[in-house]
Parts: sequence; C-alpha cells; structure tokens
Amino acid sequence: MQEPSEPSWPPFRFHDRFGRRGRHPHTDFPARIQRLRNRGNGGPLRRDPDDRLGGGVAAGVAAWRGFSPTTVRIVFVVAALFSQAWVVPFYFIGWLVIPERGDATGAEQTSIGVRARHDSRGVALAVALASLLAVFLLLAGVLNDGAIAIYIWPQVVSVFCLVLIYRNAPEREQAALRHLIQPLESLWVGGGTMGRGTKLRFAASGVLLVAGFGWLLSQHAGIALLAPLGGFLLVAAAIVLLLGPWWLRIARDLVLERQARARAEERADIAARVHDSVLQTLALIQRRADDPAAVVQLARAQERELRSWLFEGRPPGDTDVASLAEGVRGIQRDVEARHGVPVEVVTVGDCPLDEHVSALLAAAGEATVNAAKWSGASVISVFAEVEPDKVAVAVRDRGKGFDPDAVPADRKGVAESIRGRMVRHGGKAVVQSAPGEGTKVTLTLPRAAKPGGQVPPMGGQRR
Amino acid sequence: MSAQAAAPPRVVLVDDHGLFRSGVRAELGRQVEVVGEAEDVAPAIELIARVVPDVVLVDVHLPGGGGQAVIAAVVRDHPQVRFLALSASDAPEDVIAVIRAGARGYVTKTISTADLADAIRRVADGDAVFSHRLAGFVLDAFASAPTAPDVKPSFDPELDQLTNREREVLRLIAQGYTYREIARELFISAKTVESHVSSVLRKLQLSSRHQLTRWAAERRLT
Repeated sequence: MQEPSEPSWPPFRFHDRFGRRGRHPHTDFPARIQRLRNRGNGGPLRRDPDDRLGGGVAAGVAAWRGFSPTTVRIVFVVAALFSQAWVVPFYFIGWLVIPERGDATGAEQTSIGVRARHDSRGVALAVALASLLAVFLLLAGVLNDGAIAIYIWPQVVSVFCLVLIYRNAPEREQAALRHLIQPLESLWVGGGTMGRGTKLRFAASGVLLVAGFGWLLSQHAGIALLAPLGGFLLVAAAIVLLLGPWWLRIARDLVLERQARARAEERADIAARVHDSVLQTLALIQRRADDPAAVVQLARAQERELRSWLFEGRPPGDTDVASLAEGVRGIQRDVEARHGVPVEVVTVGDCPLDEHVSALLAAAGEATVNAAKWSGASVISVFAEVEPDKVAVAVRDRGKGFDPDAVPADRKGVAESIRGRMVRHGGKAVVQSAPGEGTKVTLTLPRAAKPGGQVPPMGGQRR
Repeated sequence: MSAQAAAPPRVVLVDDHGLFRSGVRAELGRQVEVVGEAEDVAPAIELIARVVPDVVLVDVHLPGGGGQAVIAAVVRDHPQVRFLALSASDAPEDVIAVIRAGARGYVTKTISTADLADAIRRVADGDAVFSHRLAGFVLDAFASAPTAPDVKPSFDPELDQLTNREREVLRLIAQGYTYREIARELFISAKTVESHVSSVLRKLQLSSRHQLTRWAAERRLT
C-alpha cells in the first residue's frame, strides 16, 4: 500500500478522499501555489509504476511537467503518426533509461538500461534480432521502393529495446509486460484453442490486410490519387479488427487496477483513523476503568467524533463552523468536554451563520453551559430548528430548576445576558423554570431580522 | 392487541451481536419475556413465524438484508407482530427505511434499560415509539417544500404534511420530553399525545414525500 503523495502533505490526503467538505485553506494553499508556480512536481523525471499503460513513461513525463497523463499520451500517438513512427523507439528508449519512481521507502530505483549493460547475452540476442529484422526490411524495401519499410524501420530499434527491457526489468514490470502481450502471443501460438469469433476475426482482418497491401502496392500502376487512401483505410480496419479487443482489455485492466488501488488506500486510511482514535480511546478507557465518569466522557467524545466522521464526512479536528447545526454540535462538544455532562442534540434544517445567528448560537452556548454548571441534570437536550421565517433553539434540562422570580443575583445576571443578547439581534429569549421541574430556555430569532436597536432598560443589569 | 398489565410482552431479539443480545436479555430481566433470539435474517423470519411474539426487537443492520428484510417478510402473514428497530447508527436513510418497512418505532442502542422496557411495552400496546433523533428527522423530512414535482402526490394529500399539533408534539419529543411531560406542557391527555404520534407514524409510512421516498430508496425500499 504505497502512498503516492507529496511528502510535505501526508496528514491531509485523507481529507480529500473522505471529507466532502474537506476545505483546508491553511494547509492546502501553499501547496497549490507551489504547484501553480512550476506545474511539475519539481522532482526528477521518473516513470510512474502506478499509472501506466505501457512502461509508465507518459505518466512520468506528465507528472514531471505537470500535464495530465492523457494529454501526454495523445501527443505521443499523434507525434508517432506524423513522424513515421519514430516516436515509438524513443518511447522504448525512455522506458530503458528512465528509472522507475521510488516506492514509499524512498529507495531510488536504477534504470533498466543500467542493469541491461551487464546482460551480455541479452544484448547479443537483441542485436541479433534487430539485425535480422533490419536485413529483412532492407530486402523488403529494395523489392517495393521502401514505401512500407520506412514505417517499420524505427521498430528495429524498438525491438532491440524491448528485448533488453523484457530481460532486465524487475519482476513486477516483467509480469505487466507479459500480461500486456499475452493476447498477442495467442495470435501465433494458440491456433488450436481459438474460439470461433477469434478465427472469424483473424480471417476477416487477413482478407482486409491482403486487400489493403495489394491496393497500396499497386499504387504506381493505378491512376486515381485516392488509391493510397483506400489502402490505408483497409489496413487500418484490419489492425483495429485484429488488435481492438486487446486494447479494450488493456484499458479495462487499467481501470480495475486503479479501483483496486483506490480501495487499498481507502482501507489504509480507515485503519489509520481507527488506530489513531478508537484504539487510543479504548486503551485510555482500560487504564481509567476505576473512574466511571471519565470513562463515560471518553466514550462519549469518541462516539461523537466517529459519528461525525462516518455519517457527516467531517474529518476529526475540523472546527470550522459555517452553519447553525455545526455550531450546535460545537456547543455539545465543548460542554461535554469541559463539564462532563452529556448533551443530546437534535437539529432540524440548517442555515449559514450570519451576525444574528452567531449571536443566537452564543446565547444557546451560554444557556447550555449554565445548565451544565447549575442544574445538576444528568443530560441536557439542545434542539435547534430552522424554519422559513425563524430560527429557534431550545435548551432544556430536568435538573433542580429555580424560581425565576426569586433568583440569586448572579444567576439573574446570566439569564439577562442571554436575554439582552437576543434582544439586541431582534430575537427573544424565554426562560421557563420552577424548583424541581428543570429549566427550559427558548431562544427565537426571526430570519432576515433587523437588529433590535437599543437594549431595553432591564437588559442593562447584566454583569 | 393490548398486553394485560400482568403479562409481560413476549419478545424476540434479532441482532447479529451475541454480546448485545445477552446484554439486553440480562438487563430486561423479568420486565419482558424473551422467547427467542436470532442473529440473521432467514432464521429470524422462521423463528418469528413459529413463536409469533408480541414484539420483535430488530437491529437495523443485519447481514443478509438488514432489519427491514425481516420486517417486510413477516408483516404480511403476521400483522399482529410489532417491530421496534434498534440501531447504533442515526443515519436518516436507515431509520426511515425500517419505519417505512413497518417498524412501530425506533430507538438507539444507547437507550437506558428502563426506557427500552418502556418502549417495548408501548409498542406491544400498539403505540408508536419515537426517539428524539427520529422526531428530528421527521420534522426535517416534512419541513422542506412539499413533494418534488416529479413525484406524484399521495392519494391522500393529508399524508404529505403534519398538522401543527403533530409538529408541536414532535418538537417536544426531540427535546427529550416524555409523553406525560408533553401532555402536561400542551394541556392534553397522554392518550391524545399517543394518538398524535401514531398518526405521524402512519404518515411516515404511507406518505410519498420526496425526502422519505429518497431516504427509503437509498436502502432499496420502495
């Protein structure tokens, strides 16, 4: 499970994958600027083993110069068409001399070419094969004024390189190469095992090939300028027929491989997350088993974190508050952590935070902290509802309550501060309580409210 | 079917965690009579058809189709069997899907033993049991714009919205009020509160509101 990522950035990879709202301006920004400045990855040119169709040369060049691999591949193919296929041997030379990118351990790979220098038998074989092909092509060229041979000349070099690559590539690349040419092998090996469809395909492409070459070779005798075009079309059709399924298979394998890799990375991320949070908490709980309150608090905090990660896609430790619902969950988190009282939160609807909703949130926070400190209740419930015309938050406990008409001065101050805050922003706060009956603070704020202007006199006695 | 005050309801536990089943069995003690346990969908269906309990406590997440598969398979032949869904997750699509499959209530696994026993008794009596989170979901689902234009409205348009009273009741449930507290707060009888909640449950199961059908569809339940 290697991690193909910038080493300066590892902890935040995870957020990109899972965090649907994974915005991390503080950490993301420098990296992005860096990328814009020199589009490439800044590293040396390396073949990319994870994103390859052939040798990973195109992907390597793409990563090096900061293009998309597909663009580079298309440029390769187009260049090959217009350069009489001379790009192809260059591709193979690149495969030979560019080292593969190192894996996660950072160990540098040597290029295949370096290893091939010591493979004298391989070199001999390659030279022999290439010269054999060269002689054959020379003869063919002499026989029909070289019209076709010129396209095949570069492939002498390619064959030379391919032999060296095949003999000297590391095990993994060899396997990939074998996988790549396996269907081609069946072209000349598997006569007996061919399916009927394959046979038909071969027959049809054979006829097309013969017809096409015949047409092409008869061009000097022909009269029409269109003749070569028709010949090319026939040959192209034959090649598509012959190699089409093979290409499809390569493309499909590539997709499957990428999916498997994505799954593996996902699993690694989950394992890392579970290790960092859940296992750590379980260890802590074991160590503090003699303190039930602490255990409950730990379990509660862990449950909340896990939930927000699993069901809301929020990475742990993300404290950006952008909406009312997030703000209420923030209150829950703080109060549970600081006062050790569980807070049950239910939110209905959501709205973005503006100045007034922020004030409402602050008042709700104050009411919740108040309940946690004074009520003695075992649980506090916070209910937030956003309706088209208003936003309401109710904070309720079943604690000891108080008589609103006969409250000690310090508690009145708190209640007034909540009330004053709401009134300043055009809303209102209602405190219902009776001794032994618990307390309920209901905060409402009209939506698109204008600020309420002056605080009424009674709001002035806040502490 | 009303359970007599003396006879504890007969209960079947369906959960794939053996530890959880034995925990619930031990905690509930004599308050209910546990007549069977199952840990998978197929054995559960077979067991329920055989013992015909009053209440089935069913986990939302079961291997082989989830709690809703059990409910869907049983309700047709044994409409008298009531289901109370239990889950560790609060994802709305899970909750709404089991309710629409026919569960009479939904509670989270963190519920206290006393509350769970109370919920089982209430479901056995034919009432609906809403956790505070479920109340929140329902308000959410019925709050936004009515039905999407591409969804044909229910044969009964009343099913697609809540009355003000139902809304008030749900709000109080979402704040952790008990039925008795709600009755006192709204100056109505506890029986009336129960009938409001049952009516909400019926709407939840039959409405074609976009939100609900979407949530249900996410769990392949139409």
